[in-house]
Amino acid sequence: MDQNNLIVYLEIEDGHVADVSLELLTKGRVLAKRLGVKLEAIAVGDNLDTVPEQVFPYGVDRLYRVSDKRLSPYTSNPHSAVLINLFREIKPQICLMGATCVGRDLGPRVSSCLHSGLTADCTALEIGDHTDPRTKQEYKDLLLQIRPAFGGNIVATIVNPECRPQMATVREGVMKKEIADPAHQGEVIDLDPAKYVSDADFVVEIIDRHIEKSKINIKNSPIIVAGGYGVGSKENFKLLHDLADTLGAEVGASRAAVDAGFTEHARQIGQTGVTVRPKLYIACGISGQIQHIAGMQESSIIISINNDPNAPINTIADYVITGNLEEVVPKLIKYYKKNSK
Amino acid sequence: MSLNIIVLAKQVPDTRNVGKDAMKEDGTINRAALPAIFNPEDLNALEQALRLKDANPGSTITLLTMGLPRAAEIIREAIYRGADTGIVLTDRALGGADTLATSYSLAQAVKKIGNYDIILGGRQAIDGDTAQVGPQIAEKLGIPQVTYAEEILDLKDGHVTVKRRLENGVETVKAPLPCVVTVNGTAADCRPRNAMRVQKYKYAASPSEAAALNDERKALLEKRPYLNLQEWSAAYVDADPAQIGLPGSPTKVKNVENVVFTTKECLVLDNNDAAIENLVIELINNHTIG
Repeated sequence: MDQNNLIVYLEIEDGHVADVSLELLTKGRVLAKRLGVKLEAIAVGDNLDTVPEQVFPYGVDRLYRVSDKRLSPYTSNPHSAVLINLFREIKPQICLMGATCVGRDLGPRVSSCLHSGLTADCTALEIGDHTDPRTKQEYKDLLLQIRPAFGGNIVATIVNPECRPQMATVREGVMKKEIADPAHQGEVIDLDPAKYVSDADFVVEIIDRHIEKSKINIKNSPIIVAGGYGVGSKENFKLLHDLADTLGAEVGASRAAVDAGFTEHARQIGQTGVTVRPKLYIACGISGQIQHIAGMQESSIIISINNDPNAPINTIADYVITGNLEEVVPKLIKYYKKNSK
Repeated sequence: MSLNIIVLAKQVPDTRNVGKDAMKEDGTINRAALPAIFNPEDLNALEQALRLKDANPGSTITLLTMGLPRAAEIIREAIYRGADTGIVLTDRALGGADTLATSYSLAQAVKKIGNYDIILGGRQAIDGDTAQVGPQIAEKLGIPQVTYAEEILDLKDGHVTVKRRLENGVETVKAPLPCVVTVNGTAADCRPRNAMRVQKYKYAASPSEAAALNDERKALLEKRPYLNLQEWSAAYVDADPAQIGLPGSPTKVKNVENVVFTTKECLVLDNNDAAIENLVIELINNHTIG
């Protein structure tokens, strides 16, 4: 088997490959092409029959499949064991996974065992060269892992010069999902679970599990009404919901608003939440901390409603309405109802 | 059953409230302007540890932190809230460590402590937001991990039952001890300081701190051994020099840039009805809304 390829860990729930994994395959294909290597994927779990048809359109050249009832739902040790043992054989140069509850649990365990470097929550991935400032040694075609640090106030480029695989996690929505070729076919390699995971790995028992598909879908909403700490209260957030309902929009929030308990975490936009690119983003009472702006700056049109005319978010807004949102938001609703249709 | 509980904690710059004075004129971060705080989710972990101690009298909580000598501050804070003792793992050789080198160093310190039933820590620290150190320590120690914990429901018969809060739901898992549990910010807040404990431990000091104290305070430390916080070096925990600090870190920082957003041209509107109605009509006409 050829080695040194790029591999994406597929997150799978009920046989469905998660969006974040498809986004990583889209990015992974570009990186693999640049390096002249294969794009590989690994599916670990149960009920994996339709995984090939789900991922091949994204350009996967080779899919490793490890199927066992006990491998679903995800638990740390068994999935880590599969990846660790497989990676020792196929020696990928790059491994990407979602910065989700699964990827952020799995990645560190695998990287610790293989003594490879892992960079969490990357916002961009590129291929480039690196010269060690101390030894002057040159490294060609490394994975440049770009991520915010220090609460999002700086952006760091991280490299793993010596250790393989170069591992990185990326949050959902940060990369774009794009089918490469609907007719593309790759190779499926079914691996014997007994060779990759032992009974002793099944130490943690899942007693109970309630996973609901989130009803909140801010990532794909074309219009987002987002609230920050300046909204002031849970009650005032209802105003934003009224506006969102009127416009057919979804409600988002800044980290400060979520931390203050105004709304739920699933609505958080920014580096520690979801990245969004709607055609209209209405920011209400959001001051615009860098970590929030990074998650919404690619919105086509940004309206900022803030009683502070100097709020940092105003510098990236197309329209700034200076005033109290308790007054401005009802007016937006009123004039939308009056002028639509 | 009395338990030996280790709580992993970190002293971090408060990156949540980065004000204008936190950036220097040249655009770099003025670290001195950011207060050093007890990493918030580590306080959630401490609360879970304190509840285990409440339920299992005779248990001890040891706070373990790696950082600068001043990190002894968070040990005192933890003791005020009910922890028993603490250790600062501090050494120049540990500087510049990435998450893997950090995990290795902390795992060595845990091995030095030796006897432990459960290790608790925050899900992640706010200065890096990686959430990697907990699982990596578990792997280094060869024990299971339970991440994203919201509540420890039960601990008995050598197993711990934990409720995990995931993106789209909750999961209850049962893991054998010893194990590492990392706790979410959605877990219960940490109890406040206990006034009696503050009185008793306010003069607690690490050796580095003691060196700068007056004779009276030094004498107090000698008279009351429980006021002496421990400081461990890399050599003391038998850390392999090749696996710690910057040289022991597989990941390297290639470069760091300040975040600059391109400023757009923007239209500023007053909060008057005509202006808002015009904006709404414009957005309807260009098919942004409606």
